[in-house]
Amino acid sequence: MYLKKLALAGAVSLLGTTAFAACSYENEVPLKSLTAGFEAWKAVTDAMAECGNFQAELDQEFRTKQPAAFEANPSLYQIGGVSNGTITPLLNAGTIRPLDDLVAKYGQNLSPNQLIRVDGKIMAVAMMVNTQHLMYRSDILADLGIDTPTTWDEVFAAADKIKEAGVVDHAIGATMKSGWNLAQEFVNMYPGFGGAFFNDDNTAAVNSDAGMKALAAMKKTLDYTDPEVLVSDSTYVQQQFQQGKIAMANLWASRAGAMDDENESQVVGKVSMAAAPMAMDGGAPATTLWWDGIVIAANITDEEADAAFRLAMEGLDTEMVQGANEAAIWLVNGYQPGPLAEGAIATATANPAPPAYPSTTQMGLLHTALGNELPAFLTGDRDAAATLAAVEEAYTTSAKEAGVLQ
Amino acid sequence: MKFKTFFWFVAPSVFMMLLFIAAPLVSVFIQSFQITQPVMQQIEVETCTPGFLTQTCTTEIKTVPVIDGETGRTQTTTAWVGLQSYKNVLQMDKFWAAIGSGNWGDILQIDFWKALRFTLMYTLVTLPLVVGVGLMIALAVNNAAKVLRGPVIFVSLLPFIITPVIGALSIYWLFVGDGILTAMLERWLDRDIAMFAQAWTIELLIYFYRVWHVAPFAFVIFYAGLQTVNMDTLESAIIDGANRFERLRYVIVPHLMPLIIFIALIHLMDCYRAFDEIIGFRSEAYVTSLQWLTFDFLTPDDAGNRAISRAAASAMLTMIGIVFLLILPLRRTWRDHKGGAH
Repeated sequence: MYLKKLALAGAVSLLGTTAFAACSYENEVPLKSLTAGFEAWKAVTDAMAECGNFQAELDQEFRTKQPAAFEANPSLYQIGGVSNGTITPLLNAGTIRPLDDLVAKYGQNLSPNQLIRVDGKIMAVAMMVNTQHLMYRSDILADLGIDTPTTWDEVFAAADKIKEAGVVDHAIGATMKSGWNLAQEFVNMYPGFGGAFFNDDNTAAVNSDAGMKALAAMKKTLDYTDPEVLVSDSTYVQQQFQQGKIAMANLWASRAGAMDDENESQVVGKVSMAAAPMAMDGGAPATTLWWDGIVIAANITDEEADAAFRLAMEGLDTEMVQGANEAAIWLVNGYQPGPLAEGAIATATANPAPPAYPSTTQMGLLHTALGNELPAFLTGDRDAAATLAAVEEAYTTSAKEAGVLQ
Repeated sequence: MKFKTFFWFVAPSVFMMLLFIAAPLVSVFIQSFQITQPVMQQIEVETCTPGFLTQTCTTEIKTVPVIDGETGRTQTTTAWVGLQSYKNVLQMDKFWAAIGSGNWGDILQIDFWKALRFTLMYTLVTLPLVVGVGLMIALAVNNAAKVLRGPVIFVSLLPFIITPVIGALSIYWLFVGDGILTAMLERWLDRDIAMFAQAWTIELLIYFYRVWHVAPFAFVIFYAGLQTVNMDTLESAIIDGANRFERLRYVIVPHLMPLIIFIALIHLMDCYRAFDEIIGFRSEAYVTSLQWLTFDFLTPDDAGNRAISRAAASAMLTMIGIVFLLILPLRRTWRDHKGGAH
């Protein structure tokens, strides 16, 4: 009797591990992937895993691991998840392969919009777009009779009213954790004021009128945020929203789904999305556009690349999107934009449209310089002009070291 | 012991030390005088980015590294630059300018000096606290009833067992935003408290964390030392009418002095390479340490750039700092050692 039960249990568990039901073929080549760890990647890698022989590594620190892992020969991963910000080192080092042949072979389901071409060659396949846009508590704004803010001035005016009404702890939440997040806030705001990051000779150009305005706007935000805002990253802001502590934030579209997650959120159905606020009238929304997608390593055999791409296409199919419709603003066929996607779509289709995040070697250096130097301004240790001068100086030092400036 | 036997006993560890400590040190030392950079070229690239419905393509001049046709790797050049990386880290021109203009505060705007200020303060402020608290726990346990000793030792050792970064994170979570302790304090004092909104509260928390974490180590050492205090001396001190404090001051502390020096040495070395605290407390905006600075130089940005030369220079400077700090206690130990030999 006991043995029978054991055999039955064994058979059942075997059934569980070899369930290829959702995959149209059985994958024979062992494959590994390294991607970011947010919800959309989980959906995609789960769909890929259904074909078997596949191991997914979801890691928010992927950006620091990927360049070295792909430079190994053979590459440690066949499939990589990148964004337009993190594809640069892979492109620069030539560790990802052109996908034109593979797209012709397996890419019937892809739309032309998904193919990321660099110099005419397809280097990546995008699966979703992401952007920071305005999320707000529609119930609070409606109660106080405030229209949806479209500019930062309106955001501040709305924040004044919310603060006065005292309905939440802090009117605004912001992803201003010192370092990458804080620098990204500047990178959103600065082009919104019409600023350009670099001169033609690769020297930094942020010490400008637009730079001063961007800093002033960032400092103004602090009047309405949690005083501990310099330690708050996207997850922290998301939680503040979910716990009903803030009323507005310029937050990543990939976090929208979490607002309606009944297991975590106390504000289900109360958070609406709108286009990112404009920094100045008639300008573009003060944000940057991002995409996330997959790349295939160069240092692997053609058979592996073939199998890897085929598997990736299985992960990016319509079936996957239908199972995880709210996880992202998908570019994959079959996506039905819901109310949570309204803000991102409004941002991306605004006229003039916000710029895509400028992914270059110089931008990487400037981003670091901004992340290190801006905190002193926000804590009040240094004034705006001196801060911008310090940013340019830090950039110049590292740009000389990296060889982009002579 | 015969020299040959001695040699074979220590050879494996000497070999390991050479391989894992000396060799990397030499390599870092050399790298701090070199700059390795990719050969860059400017090319016109067309890049297409998906919008929600259509793509936008832009053509721009990009500065990208040259890839070697044969090896498939990025071409790099390495140049000797002398003290350039040290200059970039120390920024002496700004340092002297700040002193010249009398705005001493400006010195703390420079990353290195800001980190050095905190690292030194941190090391020197927590040292007496760790020794003092450790000694107090040891005395308390030594005087506790025998049945209580075991459990008390166990409980007081717990903070030391916790992985440093986890310890830092737990204190961070207790106090950040509406953490349990902040919420309790807020209710009790009836005011809004933000522990992570200004430098001094973060710094206090970090000091507290360190003492909480390391005092058990000092306690264990002192407790062991207390078992060897000469009872005859102690009893004659009591007969001479010495009170509890005088016995501590004139009998126990002198007896424990070598241990105090030992703990000070370990503490100075450990504290000067403070790192977990900065990461755990996310205090980069307010306080940073020298090790964190090296780490920050080494962390690649999204475009894959790392400031390896400056990281090497900053690591060497950290090492020089430790050597300076250790000279005093080491000299004393050396003197004691020589004195004992005669």
